[in-house]
Amino acid sequence: MAADRPWGLRESYLFDKHVIAEIQRAAEQGIYDIRGFGAKRRLPHFDDLLFLGASVSRYPLEGYRERCEMDVVLGTRFAKKPLELQIPVTIAGMSFGALSAPAKEALGRGASEVGTSTTTGDGGMTPEEREHSKLLVYQLLPSRYGMNPDDLRRADAIEVVVGQGAKPGGGGMLLGHKISDRVAEMRDLPKGIDQRSASRHPDWTGPDDLEIKIGELREITDWEKPIFVKVGATRTYYDVGLAVKAGADVIVVDGMQGGTAATQDVFIEHVGIPTLPAVRLAVDALQELGMHRQVQLIISGGIRTGADVAKALALGADAVSIGTAALIAMGDNSPDLDEEYQKLGSASGYYDDYQAGLDPAGISTQDDELAARFDPVLGGRRIANYLRVLALETQTLARACGKSHVHNLEPEDLVALTVEAAAMARVPLAGTSWIPGTGTSA
Amino acid sequence: MRAVEAVETTAEVVDLATTPLRELNRRLHSLAGGAEGPRRWRVLNPNGAHAAACGLDAEIEVEIEGHVGYYCAGMNKLATVHVHGNAGPGLAENMMSGTVMVDGNASQSAGATGHGGLLVVHGEAAARCGISMKGIDIVVKGSVGHLSGFMAQTGRLVVCGDAGEALGDSIYEARIYVRGSVAALGADCIEKELQDEHSAELRDLLDRAGLDDVDPSDFRRYGSGRALYNFRIDNAGAY
Repeated sequence: MAADRPWGLRESYLFDKHVIAEIQRAAEQGIYDIRGFGAKRRLPHFDDLLFLGASVSRYPLEGYRERCEMDVVLGTRFAKKPLELQIPVTIAGMSFGALSAPAKEALGRGASEVGTSTTTGDGGMTPEEREHSKLLVYQLLPSRYGMNPDDLRRADAIEVVVGQGAKPGGGGMLLGHKISDRVAEMRDLPKGIDQRSASRHPDWTGPDDLEIKIGELREITDWEKPIFVKVGATRTYYDVGLAVKAGADVIVVDGMQGGTAATQDVFIEHVGIPTLPAVRLAVDALQELGMHRQVQLIISGGIRTGADVAKALALGADAVSIGTAALIAMGDNSPDLDEEYQKLGSASGYYDDYQAGLDPAGISTQDDELAARFDPVLGGRRIANYLRVLALETQTLARACGKSHVHNLEPEDLVALTVEAAAMARVPLAGTSWIPGTGTSA
Repeated sequence: MRAVEAVETTAEVVDLATTPLRELNRRLHSLAGGAEGPRRWRVLNPNGAHAAACGLDAEIEVEIEGHVGYYCAGMNKLATVHVHGNAGPGLAENMMSGTVMVDGNASQSAGATGHGGLLVVHGEAAARCGISMKGIDIVVKGSVGHLSGFMAQTGRLVVCGDAGEALGDSIYEARIYVRGSVAALGADCIEKELQDEHSAELRDLLDRAGLDDVDPSDFRRYGSGRALYNFRIDNAGAY
């Protein structure tokens, strides 16, 4: 019948093929879908913004001739030893456990080659990671797996993780089949059991406690280390204001497109706000407190290109972080592995089962054989290449707007392609002076 | 700061009424790695200061004469810290080794996420005592509040008094001993037989805590039922 009348078939918008497949899967398995990667739905994003390059009213910088600086210093508020980065792109926290040891090493190698930082994750700091990361941010998470004062002092900065964009309000999860002997030992848990990380910190609740907690971390490290506070983007304006009040040196805001190693699909797709409005809300809070550029802002969640970096900076961020893009740069979802992804019921370009530990690229796995496929030196080189491209693209756009430093990009350099993006980023709809939602025109 | 005589001849005295906390902690940290300096310290007038004597990494003794605020002896290594008063939240949080003693009561999250060492509370401990503990031993002479031993991974929690609601909720391999009543056990926490090996380790812990008059046979043992270690949909109601 379908062959007779192919155009007579109508797919339901409400119950499309994916929804039908998911209902059938849920009925069969009786458990929610857990996966890695980030939000896959269409969301307003930096793609919906455009730069207004220089013309008669503004003049550009000469590409390849005039300098466009990119350096950024993080932690100038209280820390004795702020973090000095050569480029405004950092590597986000990803755990040893979620990722293999060679993959963590590659992230450190790549970041160090271009003068930027990488970050530990929910599982502690590995010696390989420390050795190969010139600048390493050590995360303090609710689980405190592997947390110890020696690593705290070995770190170059400390990041208090309140939440992440993929699951604000949710705890971590590392399924039993990824718990190798080494991961189990680092986390003080038996091998093979599901490791559920708490969603709240065990020894503080709320902004007043956070201030005291930050005070303790400063005391333990003799006020040397910059202290970051990372939040998933939800009530961003208030969260950023409270983190400033609590004494953060740096605030990391992770939009809902931010990746994860293992989270319920319903959480990834339905909790939090996109990165685009989150940047603006964070900058609002900093500006109103007179702390913009005093407390640095790092934005993450869906950063893929230098255009994304430049637009985040133009809206007021000091730097960005990448996670999913870094994995892809190292070889995740490579077409070369398509046959192996197919055997796992996926395909290159679609693979998101980071929780399963069967990654043929050897990145999101704890299987020794699979991990051995990944070359940390080559992986590090690919990360460095990719970071350089992000930096060059960012510079190119900044020069086109006449900026001698990427931090001189500003909202006035941007217009929006959609009404939604115009409202969220608070820049005018292209070709108009209309900024929806503000009651004013640009 | 001043050196004092009599019984304090060998103790370095720091008065927090006149010395900033940051200075005290910096001086205590300078002894890490076996560096030369006083091995005995007395801290006067803590007045509820937060983060007192935190981050220590030396075999020293610190006597704190009064009440302390949050995170006293946080992340302690090697040192013995004795609080002659009450302690605020997060006492000895994430302790690695050494001994921390409190004469009075401890607020919530005492010994949270501790990896090692011995924490002794001679009074009562509030909610979440031993939350997410990872190897620390905790002995409480009085009672503990609700959700004590929540997600406790390894280590021993000894409660000579009573335990509040949801004791040992989602516990892993830690052992909990309670002498008094338990208001309610948390998810997947069950009572287990007190065997000779447990009585022996309990005797040792009580002795180390200075409670040699307490009889191990009066205690009941609790631990993980291990039913929730790997997610199964049939257990969904237990979470």
